[in-house]
Amino acid sequence: MLQKINGHTNRACRLLKDADPREFFPRTLEFSPPARGTWNIVHTGLQLPEAHQIYICASGCLRGVILTAAERGAMNRFSTIELLEKDLVRSDNERLIIDGVTDILQGLPKLPPAVLIFTACFHHFMGTDLAYVYHELRQRFPGTDFAECIMDPIRQTRSITPEERLRREIYRLWRPRPQESRTCNILSGNLPTDATSELTQLLQTNGWTVRDMTTCHSYAEFQQMAASCFNIYCNPFGHKAARDLKQRLGQDYLFLPQYWRYDETLNNLSQLAARIHVPLPDYRPRIAECELALDALHEQLGDTPIALDYTLTFAPFSLARLLCEHGFQVCRIYADAVTPEDRADFDWLQQTHGGIELWSTKNPDERVTPRGTSGKMLCLGQKAGLVQRQPVFRRIRRRWRPLWL
Amino acid sequence: MKLHQTAHILSTYSADTFGVCSALFELGGMIVMHDPSGCNSTYTTHDEPRWYDTDSLIFISGLNEQDAVLGRDDRFIRDVTESARQFQPAFICIIPSQITFLIGTDMKALARIIGQQTGIPCFTLPTNSMHYYTRGIYYALEWLATWACQQQESTAAGPQADQTVAASPAPAQITSTAHPTNPLRVNLLGVTPQDFSLNDADTAMKEWLQTAGFSPQSCWAMGETLDSLIHSTEADVNLVVTYGGLGAARILQQEKGIPYVIGTPIGAMQELLAVALRATAEDKQIRSPYLNGISPTTGQTDSTASLSTLTAAPPLSLSSAPMSAGTVDNPAALADAQSAPMQPQLIVGESIYAQSLAAALEAAGCGHYQVIVPVETERTLLRPDTLQLTDETDLIPRFAKARTIIADPMYAPIITADAQLIRLPHEGFSGRLYAKEIPNLITRSGFTALRAKCPQ
Repeated sequence: MLQKINGHTNRACRLLKDADPREFFPRTLEFSPPARGTWNIVHTGLQLPEAHQIYICASGCLRGVILTAAERGAMNRFSTIELLEKDLVRSDNERLIIDGVTDILQGLPKLPPAVLIFTACFHHFMGTDLAYVYHELRQRFPGTDFAECIMDPIRQTRSITPEERLRREIYRLWRPRPQESRTCNILSGNLPTDATSELTQLLQTNGWTVRDMTTCHSYAEFQQMAASCFNIYCNPFGHKAARDLKQRLGQDYLFLPQYWRYDETLNNLSQLAARIHVPLPDYRPRIAECELALDALHEQLGDTPIALDYTLTFAPFSLARLLCEHGFQVCRIYADAVTPEDRADFDWLQQTHGGIELWSTKNPDERVTPRGTSGKMLCLGQKAGLVQRQPVFRRIRRRWRPLWL
Repeated sequence: MKLHQTAHILSTYSADTFGVCSALFELGGMIVMHDPSGCNSTYTTHDEPRWYDTDSLIFISGLNEQDAVLGRDDRFIRDVTESARQFQPAFICIIPSQITFLIGTDMKALARIIGQQTGIPCFTLPTNSMHYYTRGIYYALEWLATWACQQQESTAAGPQADQTVAASPAPAQITSTAHPTNPLRVNLLGVTPQDFSLNDADTAMKEWLQTAGFSPQSCWAMGETLDSLIHSTEADVNLVVTYGGLGAARILQQEKGIPYVIGTPIGAMQELLAVALRATAEDKQIRSPYLNGISPTTGQTDSTASLSTLTAAPPLSLSSAPMSAGTVDNPAALADAQSAPMQPQLIVGESIYAQSLAAALEAAGCGHYQVIVPVETERTLLRPDTLQLTDETDLIPRFAKARTIIADPMYAPIITADAQLIRLPHEGFSGRLYAKEIPNLITRSGFTALRAKCPQ
């Protein structure tokens, strides 16, 4: 561990006890690990039924999003307007967007009910009048809803991120309608919430209808979500959307972070039970089941070291604490920051398990850090798995693929 | 008529910044894209198949709005310098992307400062993510050629040797090395996964050279080190296999008197190129067999006839022409396309590779193929009926009249049901999506398999 690189300290790693939660690793150049499987804004946009996405940027920016759509087999719901050098000196970039979007929409077999338009850093720096653009587009296509999305990574570290904005803009498509009692939405998730989860069960067994964009089959069904009484979300990218909906539609919200430990999960469920005015069920049998499962797993793994990363969960420190509390040997955590909701577990680990190695996923030194371990290691998450390579990753035609997925 | 710049359903080609990274990937340098956080993941995910098992120092600066607006170049210098000291790369290449280009960041000045502070050669190239990968490869290999010439001169045996190199007329020098008992040494220029993927096409090209009686001197830039490229200045002749290699060829000709031949060794092109390489090594004239070796209109079917045509053909007079793609930025190309006849058989791809393939298919009796080049090239490299077209609006009418189209599968949505699409995935267009399908057309079996799919 903590090998030196050309005689210098490895900047990609430090012990948990030495980590500053305000900034784990100083800002510097960034490395992109050869493990990419997390969702991006294209995936999220594709969840909106019947919607079409249009990206307006340079080829270097377009390429990643186009190929994401292509890999999802969704090119028929995806179009682009490519910016060229001449566009840097033109004074009517608004016209390029308006005419380009018009051209694309008129070329579709059927006008979509919603269009997600993604402008870029370029438009921000050029001062493009996007209010005029959307006003004009809405005039031209009164039957289509336009979501004002932006793919501007240049602003993401100090402003709203593209992921947060996209979620907010998608839900801004909801038109106000009378609220229906005993209905709630699950916002901002990447995947449908498990129907057998305590969260879903608590709602449904008490007569609540649960709506989720990831399970909607039509745009009309998505619009129906506007009638729900309140919103629940587990994905921190949903903060902006939830606050915006409360302000705009009066929908209250509950943020129930994706915790791993019993008391945290019970706290989430208690909040939900209080919100829907039902008693909290007795979860002790479920906890006992979990304990048995964890014991069985521990028996199987023994002292096998465990590495985990933030791509597996929004709360890696909560998961690490759960594992440590049950005797597992967590040796590495891959995370570049700690979220407010995960901070308490980070603090606990720092005080009690300060010897755990904390690794950056994007510090340049990661690139030259030797990969693999001499013995077996259980890797939870693609980035941890890639760095450790064996035994959870195996080589298939120059690609590293996780076996457990 | 649909608008230019809009793509209803097509992909876009890899960007110039990624072309630079691809060309320099294996050479031990550190390449830094001056761009916001995450913008490098497109390259590492879709455009660089070597990223998974070959370590290379390719990073991004993580430019943010505040630093861009406030002109915090000092942070960029600090970050690059810090990592350069950590890794001690052979060189540092810093390349601007869209926003740094837009705000006019003085990358040359930054390169000079970083070079002075680290003692490591640092340079920049004119990228902005608003052009295609061929342009990036061109500039990167061109820089490498300049560097290799400088290194070769500075490491020569002594002042006298330097004077000898400088004073000797290049032709005499090369004639002396082209002795029959010493096979001609050939550099392959313009070889990257963007055009050839990772299917051993680079190895196949070297094997072909050896089989044809040549000695492969270097391959720019796969399977090489920076040191090995220095020795490429000792070659007798260069073979430019894609447009990305042409800038290096020009430098090596200018500085070292090494002449060059243009073409990709596919099918019958292998014999034609072998003849051309020998002739060019001897008379120092540029040749491009796909341009003047096979008649594009008659469709030579007999390779012997083609060979005799080549040896009789006049050398190519290749003046430097502006680099351009088939976008609306290139109105001359669009105007040419308006008046060009519609052809029933099309190939879409990189200029030298696709035209070499067309020539090879024609020589194999498959009839004439018109080539469409969407990415940057030079007009003088194109056959008379080759078109430079990039946008859907220009491609759709051409595709509508075609009977057979050899192209990346991502073009399928704009190909009519009446036409046959012969799938030829191109990593520079569809990335990793169809990478497993990309054939190695340098091998006889690879070319034969493709030819078998073409109407005879």
